[in-house]
Amino acid sequence: MIQMSGVSRTFGGRTVVKGIDLEIRRGEIFALIGPSGSGKTTLLRLIDLLDRPNTGSIRFDGSPTDGPEHERRAVRRRMAMVFQKPGVLNATVEQNIAFGLQFRGMQKNRIQKNVTSVLEMVGLSGLSRRRALTLSGGEMQRVAIARAIVTEPEVLLLDEPTANLDPLSTEIIENLIVRVNRERKTTVILATHDMGQGQRLASRIGVLMDGRLVQAGEIYDIFYHPVNRAIATFVGIDPVSGGIVQSNENNLATIAIRSVSIQAVTALRSGERVALCIRPEEVTLSLPESCPPATSARNCLAGTITRLLPYGPFTRVQVDCGIPVTALVTRRSSEELNLSLGTRVNATIKATAVHVIPDPDAADNPAHGMME
Amino acid sequence: MNEVQEIIDGVTQAFQLIITLNPELLQVTALSLYISLSATVLSTLIAIPVGGLIHFREFAGKRVLITIIQTLYSVPTVIIGLLVFLLISRSGPLGILGLLFTPTGMIIGQTILILPIMTGLVITALSGVDRNIRDTLVSLGATEFQSIAQIVQEARFAILGAVILGFGRAISEVGVAMMIGGNIRGETRVLTTSIALETGMGNFGLSIALGIVLLAIALVVVLIMNLITAGALSDSDKILGGPMA
Repeated sequence: MIQMSGVSRTFGGRTVVKGIDLEIRRGEIFALIGPSGSGKTTLLRLIDLLDRPNTGSIRFDGSPTDGPEHERRAVRRRMAMVFQKPGVLNATVEQNIAFGLQFRGMQKNRIQKNVTSVLEMVGLSGLSRRRALTLSGGEMQRVAIARAIVTEPEVLLLDEPTANLDPLSTEIIENLIVRVNRERKTTVILATHDMGQGQRLASRIGVLMDGRLVQAGEIYDIFYHPVNRAIATFVGIDPVSGGIVQSNENNLATIAIRSVSIQAVTALRSGERVALCIRPEEVTLSLPESCPPATSARNCLAGTITRLLPYGPFTRVQVDCGIPVTALVTRRSSEELNLSLGTRVNATIKATAVHVIPDPDAADNPAHGMME
Repeated sequence: MNEVQEIIDGVTQAFQLIITLNPELLQVTALSLYISLSATVLSTLIAIPVGGLIHFREFAGKRVLITIIQTLYSVPTVIIGLLVFLLISRSGPLGILGLLFTPTGMIIGQTILILPIMTGLVITALSGVDRNIRDTLVSLGATEFQSIAQIVQEARFAILGAVILGFGRAISEVGVAMMIGGNIRGETRVLTTSIALETGMGNFGLSIALGIVLLAIALVVVLIMNLITAGALSDSDKILGGPMA
């Protein structure tokens, strides 16, 4: 649907987006994830053809988009963008929603019909004649979304659509986005700094950091196989650094990290400095006497509980096993095992659940492995 | 004591003149309104497109131009009077049109006088519209003309403020009216020149009456504007950052 190759954009000497290569597929929900200031908004503006890239090219549906303004407008009219600030105009709700159709020269009665049906879809039917500026933040954002989707875009761009909204409004808007994607087959590109939102809505994710697309792929890849420390931290894993690959046979490596030795699946060769990412939900805790025998595919580390944190129906248990390990156990099993501070436990982790990332500058990171 | 008595007499006489609808008072008021309203309409027709062009286009010297316009906010009325006089006097480049000492000449003078402040305030009004709005309109597929029209519409209350201010400066000025109009009774005599003349001649009653009318016009203008913005006052608060007076 959209192909970007080598796209860069500079503002006042600062390159905000650097050499982006990315393909957005028709009909998918693609989430651009990254911390504030990582270039998400700039990239969306480039895709919506509001700005031109300094280098690189963007193709829309196979055609180049670097033509004169009227050609770009014709392409732009096949897309719609919802900005972080709703940008509603000082007019009624229905007038606000009608703008895109008016600009396209649609007849009044057809506009009215479309506006009425989209108002129903976003659940604002009762507010059609209200002044849009008197609405709440969540309602205004729904007006902005209605205004975008009423034009029946092939691609819907959303820039932090739920930033600063309460959980209920966020849920309404997330449901709306999914519905538009499912019912109208609209391709959706969503920028968000909220990992969870990306995970809930998107089929694929691209991680932007400091203007670069550092990783793009299926959700599973990003969450379980982050390519570097920054992404790992961003997706909620605390990487433990200071590891060195001791040996590697058929991608089953033995890694020495601090005082322990860990089996992990990786292609990295012996001698490489690495950091380990272990997702808390992959760690099983058991009492010392019942430790299953360590096999080549399973690590069993003995340790002491240093911290217990309630986490919804779960408890996050931090265990010092020579390296810090966090386990996510249900509150029920935490009570059954009678876990408390200082309890000695065994943490079992499959070798396939240990994700190894290269960590060449580990020595520069004395704060490695700090727990939240 | 004598002065106080004079003032009291003047006020009494003023109310008599107003209540009895004194023909001269009416004629002067009507002419004032005609000239200043015409100048305001003309200036509005020029200020919105020119202000829009300056705001929306990027060009070299844009900032300098805006600074010049802002400096001209406070140009003395007599300087505009002098300028227009030189232009339209019998020996001037436009002397052949015979505009000196005519209401048309006064309209031209007042239009030039209030054009800078109205253009400047239109630019300010348009700058007050969030940049985000412009992006939104473009992303919704607006052409350049469509988005400019919509942004002018969005800035309507602030632009209305500019128009009101322009009218206020036009109807209250003396310099252009005196120098270009010449204060000819029944032809180019307006409220302000009238007050100047009658006061000089000691006719305080008529002067005070004219002054009251002038203030009443200001009051009516404010009331009309409040009426227009009443339904949207809370909205205009959000746009302008405060209620308009």
